[in-house]
Amino acid sequence: MLSKKQAKLFFLGGTAIFFLIFVGMTVDTLVNHVPRQTHAENITQQVRMGRHLWDANNCMGCHTIMGEGAYYAPELTKVYERRGADYIKAVFNFPGGWRPHGRHMVEYNFTEEEKDALVAFFKWVDEADLNGFPPKPSLSLDR
Amino acid sequence: MKYKSQKIAYYFFALSMLLLSLQIIYGFIMAFAHMGYDGLHQWIPFNAATATHKNLLVVWIISGFMGAAYFIIPDESDHELWSVPLALIQFYSLAIVGVVAIIGFHVGWFEGRKFLEIPRPLDYLVALNVIVFLINILVTLYKGKKHSTTAWVLTSGLIFAALLYLPGMVWFDNHTVDSFFRWWVVHLWVEGVWELIMGGILSYLLIKLTGVDREVIEKWLYVIVGLTFLSGILGTGHHYYYIGTPKYWLLVGGIFSAMEPLAFLGMTLFAIQMYRKGNKKHPNKLALHWTLSTAIVSFLGAGLLGLAHTLPGVNLYTHGTLVTAMHGHLAFWGAYASLVLAIISYSMPLMTGRKILDNAMGHFAFWLSNIGMIGMVAAFAAAGVAQVYMERIMGVDFMKAQLELAPHFFVLILAATVFATGITLYIINFLKFGVPVDEAIGQGEEFAALQTN
Ligand code: HEM
Ligand code: HEM
Ligand SMILES: [Fe+2]
Repeated sequence: MLSKKQAKLFFLGGTAIFFLIFVGMTVDTLVNHVPRQTHAENITQQVRMGRHLWDANNCMGCHTIMGEGAYYAPELTKVYERRGADYIKAVFNFPGGWRPHGRHMVEYNFTEEEKDALVAFFKWVDEADLNGFPPKPSLSLDR
Repeated sequence: MKYKSQKIAYYFFALSMLLLSLQIIYGFIMAFAHMGYDGLHQWIPFNAATATHKNLLVVWIISGFMGAAYFIIPDESDHELWSVPLALIQFYSLAIVGVVAIIGFHVGWFEGRKFLEIPRPLDYLVALNVIVFLINILVTLYKGKKHSTTAWVLTSGLIFAALLYLPGMVWFDNHTVDSFFRWWVVHLWVEGVWELIMGGILSYLLIKLTGVDREVIEKWLYVIVGLTFLSGILGTGHHYYYIGTPKYWLLVGGIFSAMEPLAFLGMTLFAIQMYRKGNKKHPNKLALHWTLSTAIVSFLGAGLLGLAHTLPGVNLYTHGTLVTAMHGHLAFWGAYASLVLAIISYSMPLMTGRKILDNAMGHFAFWLSNIGMIGMVAAFAAAGVAQVYMERIMGVDFMKAQLELAPHFFVLILAATVFATGITLYIINFLKFGVPVDEAIGQGEEFAALQTN
């Protein structure tokens, strides 16, 4: 039967090996793939500002982006393609808060520059290669 | 209780109870908002409620872990805690940082990264707080006469949890890279180092409650945490399918994360086996209930419901839907919430000297909270599956699909009421124990005699 010492060795050895593999894959991912798949060269000052606004306002507290966030409000990965810049810019400062189908969005007070920055961020997200997410509906009824 | 200083655990447990009750209130706020009743929106918009719900969860669990460590480490290393005043300072600073963070969420001060919403300046305070905590634990271990495997597994879990918090504190321009490292915190916590903490606390409880030989328990502890890292580290890949990372993660993440349930199954079999081998003489039946339920429900929530959406072909459709919320609830409840409730149930009679071990209210609390949670998970599951079919398969607009889901949130609220009743009873029971007293020293030591089969 397995002894306690062997069990300990299994734990320490296994952990070390898999951690090293993981670090190696991380480096490969971040150096060789992510910049290309996400078009890192397109991360302009404007996109950066958009993402900063995205974070500082906890937009992820209602929406998902790249499938991460909360489930109260729509997935925004493809919102740039779906709605276009003008529609997106109209929802932020809506008096009393944007209220589609009875759900409340927070009323913001963004400047024109900030709205453009958020749109630029969405455009950047829209263009990233996400391995096929979000999936194309196979039984599409709406569109 | 063997040492006076173990009493410090009580503060952390009491804080846990307070934050848990607040967390539940915010859960209700969100459930009502999902049904269309968002009257609090002006004061508590959904994104403030969600940040509060998730961070209260994380903080009360961590507070519970800290209390557990303060209770277990002196006992396991046969030494008083190094510094009680330092532990008290650490306690109050933790509570203050927590309160500031929660108030901050309500005035829009957050960082907007799921589970790591606490703003950067407060992150540094959290890190400092945890360092103080770890120093206290490590010096105690160092001075102690004994160095048990259980104590070391628990402590290394806590150390690595602290280290893994750091990658989450770096700003990256690329959202994908930011997400990548956010998972180093969130995933490698709950499916990695927190399992060390879980394994450590479960072992301690099993040693105490079943009387099975320590060597046997600790051997299996190594096997289980070995399995955890074998699968869980590369299993991080199940979060790297669809966020702008390369395709090989679909293969690697799929294979290794599908093996993660093995570690949880290991915990289940381990606990049940030790219980069956044990002498069943320990009078604290409630602690035993919670210990076994942790081992079993964690497998259901993390293992089975995790497996349900971890393969890339499934996850493509369920990624970022209410299916994720279904799994998140039962996994956190089974593995970590129940674990904290188990160690509290075990330690309260020993710290306070009151032998209300096996009372009816405690049993009601146990069953109502577990049944309520399973009902909630069923409601999330129904809503999630319906959402996936409508939105992802039929292409129905997000908001139109959400309107159809409202009835499921009504069921969620019903089940959550049962759950909240259970938790209320648990907290009343907790309060009935009163505060720890020095006279309780030596309490429970008579059971030490039970600990050789
Ligand atoms: C009365 C009890 C509760 C209710 C009504 C409730 C309800 C909710 C709701 C509506 C959400 C938001 C889903 C969304 O993003 O739209 C949520 C998120 C969450 N809750 Fe609860 N909750 C309760 C208790 C708990 C407990 C006890 C735990 C942990 C043990 C927990 C853990 C979580 C987690 C981890 C999330 C994030 C899930 C995700 O985003 O995937 N909740 N909860
Ligand atoms: C106790 C252990 C676990 C806890 C507390 C837990 C909790 C959670 C939470 C809260 C999320 C949502 C995270 C977010 O969106 O920010 C999540 C996501 C996920 N979990 Fe777990 N989990 C555990 C174990 C597991 C296991 C063992 C598996 C696989 C077998 C698994 C598979 C997944 C998957 C695939 C997702 C991503 C869902 C998505 O794409 O939206 N989890 N988990
Ligand atoms: Fe994970």
